[in-house]
Amino acid sequence: MRYIQILKIAYKALGRNKMRSSLTMLGIIIGVAAVIAMVGIGQGAKNMVNAQIASLGENLLTIFPGSQMGGGGFRAGAGTMMNLTDDDAQAIKDNCPAVQWISPVIRTGAQVVAGNLNWGTSVEGYSPEFPFIRSWPIASGAFFTEQDVKGATKVCVLGKTVVDNLFPGQDPIGQIIRIRKLPFKVIGLLSPKGQNAFGRDQDDIVVAPHTTVLRKLTGRDHINSIIVSATDRNRIDEASNQIAELLRQRHKILSGQEDDFTIRSQLDIASAATSTSGIMTILLGAIASVSLMVGGIGIMNIMLVSVTERTREIGIRMAVGAKGRDIMIQFLAESIVLSLVGGVIGIALGVLGAKVISALLHWPVFTSVPAMAISFFFAGFVGIFFGFYPARKASLLDPIEALRYE
Amino acid sequence: MPPLIQIKDLVKVYRLGDYEIHALRGIDLSIDRGEFVAIMGPSGSGKSTLMHILGCLDRPTSGRYLLEGSDISSLDRNNRAEIRNKKIGFVFQSFNLLSRTSALENVELPLLYNGSSARDNIERARKALAQVGLEDRGNSYPNQLSGGQQQRVAIARALVNDPTIILADEPTGNLDTRTSIEVMDIFQSLNRNGITVVIITHEADIASYTKRNIAFRDGKIVKDAAVTMTRNAGAEIESLPPVED
Ligand SMILES: Nc1ncnc2c1ncn2[C@@H]1O[C@H](COP(=O)(O)OP(=O)(O)O)[C@@H](O)[C@H]1O
Ligand SMILES: [Mg+2]
Repeated sequence: MRYIQILKIAYKALGRNKMRSSLTMLGIIIGVAAVIAMVGIGQGAKNMVNAQIASLGENLLTIFPGSQMGGGGFRAGAGTMMNLTDDDAQAIKDNCPAVQWISPVIRTGAQVVAGNLNWGTSVEGYSPEFPFIRSWPIASGAFFTEQDVKGATKVCVLGKTVVDNLFPGQDPIGQIIRIRKLPFKVIGLLSPKGQNAFGRDQDDIVVAPHTTVLRKLTGRDHINSIIVSATDRNRIDEASNQIAELLRQRHKILSGQEDDFTIRSQLDIASAATSTSGIMTILLGAIASVSLMVGGIGIMNIMLVSVTERTREIGIRMAVGAKGRDIMIQFLAESIVLSLVGGVIGIALGVLGAKVISALLHWPVFTSVPAMAISFFFAGFVGIFFGFYPARKASLLDPIEALRYE
Repeated sequence: MPPLIQIKDLVKVYRLGDYEIHALRGIDLSIDRGEFVAIMGPSGSGKSTLMHILGCLDRPTSGRYLLEGSDISSLDRNNRAEIRNKKIGFVFQSFNLLSRTSALENVELPLLYNGSSARDNIERARKALAQVGLEDRGNSYPNQLSGGQQQRVAIARALVNDPTIILADEPTGNLDTRTSIEVMDIFQSLNRNGITVVIITHEADIASYTKRNIAFRDGKIVKDAAVTMTRNAGAEIESLPPVED
């Protein structure tokens, strides 16, 4: 028999029981759609994380204060100690040749006022090297300079969300905003960056010279962390070692004692985040595959019923010369047609579902062609796998007994 | 040339647990090309069992079966399927047409399994339908056809592969007298064209349209004789009063 003929016969046989065929197919449709949508969500998350990480700058190192040591070995977690200072940052800048750019990081939340509008946002202090370290250029205006840092001048650069909320439809450059009642002049705007991997709006930010934030806003001495970029991707470890050695000296840590700071490279964070979202993709895909398996069991169930119902037909076909193999191919073709047609519809629905999810939840869902191809073949495989047993059962029937079946 | 069918000491025993049914108890039979044979006998005498073995649907317990000189009693499933497809046309009492499948597609069925091209198949199926006088009912479904018409579709299906022999197990069993004679007319005309036909029937009337009658009893042949005055079905239909349909 020719393949086209086989498929035509299978298609006709399925058409004779449209309701049953469509319900059977529904199992596969839901399974494939779930796989496509779930893997799409996982992939989207992974892509987003990767993009975020790339946008942070790959050479980035972050130095956090160490954890607070309490009595009995109790430790409160990274960043709880307040032992990093602006001077540490300056020392790293002067003494570590593998470090290219450096900036202290001081974060504080503040209510920001412009005219009669106000907005609660994150006010962050950095050095003028911030745009290079974070690969985050200015969209218009200018960034503050070393001069501003020295003088602790009250200038700032705004993120897009802050602009939208304080200066709707206006150009904020040259305007004055008030942070904790102090006037700051807006000198530049950051280019929009969107959400970070954890869903935080990165554009909801006001950046000012770190000296200004320390002296005029927080009134403290210590800083939250230090960000540093290595001169070269391959010198990240070298930079890290140089910084560690310097800080141990400055913090008077004896050999054998634990560091009172932590250095983390962006690559560490990147690989952790990527593998987390990779695991999520696999998990989501696996859960969805279960429903595809259930769809396959539905096919097996219906094909078994169908073989029993059509025992006489099988007998007739055998009486006119069908071999076991012909009967087997016929029933396999039916389950494959069911699963592949279901697969195609499922892919369409899955892509549609992914679009809806991404529109409703603002989640970047990524449906790739390979994922579709794999689901399609997986559906076909499910059809063959679960169709095999019923088809084989049909092929092994005895022609006379099959003919006698009522 | 050897006879078309030659069987020697054919035995078929069905085993149901400890219990044995001797359906055929040593049959010797030879049928030549061009014969038209009726096998008669009471129910349970082994007629269908013999027919199934002749038609390669079943295998004998012992004995030899030569079809066109070659021994086929020991062939495997696939080879038997091939012989059913190429050399044998089966006609059943209950027609055994595929429901919800057009007459033409039913007739085409054996051709699906012999590797010929789809276009040839339709042509050959049309020709076979024309041979049984149903050229204009190709698109009808079995439930739209009368019993006689369904049996004619079944005969066309048996014919379509140009078989060397047509085997019919009580082909008129479900038909009224007039339709039975019409079916016998078709068998007679096929036989005139050289096809060997073997039918099973209870009815002496039907057997008298054939050329040789074999009687069965308890799994044995008890009588085997030529029919002296074969009736002509075609002529008898002419003389029957016409029916409105
Ligand atoms: N598959 C079978 N299993 C057991 N016994 C069978 C089977 N087929 C036929 N028989 C028995 O074999 C005997 C002959 O049956 P069969 O050839 O159908 O007779 P006929 O066609 O002359 O009425 C009967 O007694 C019947 O019950
Ligand atoms: Mg019988």
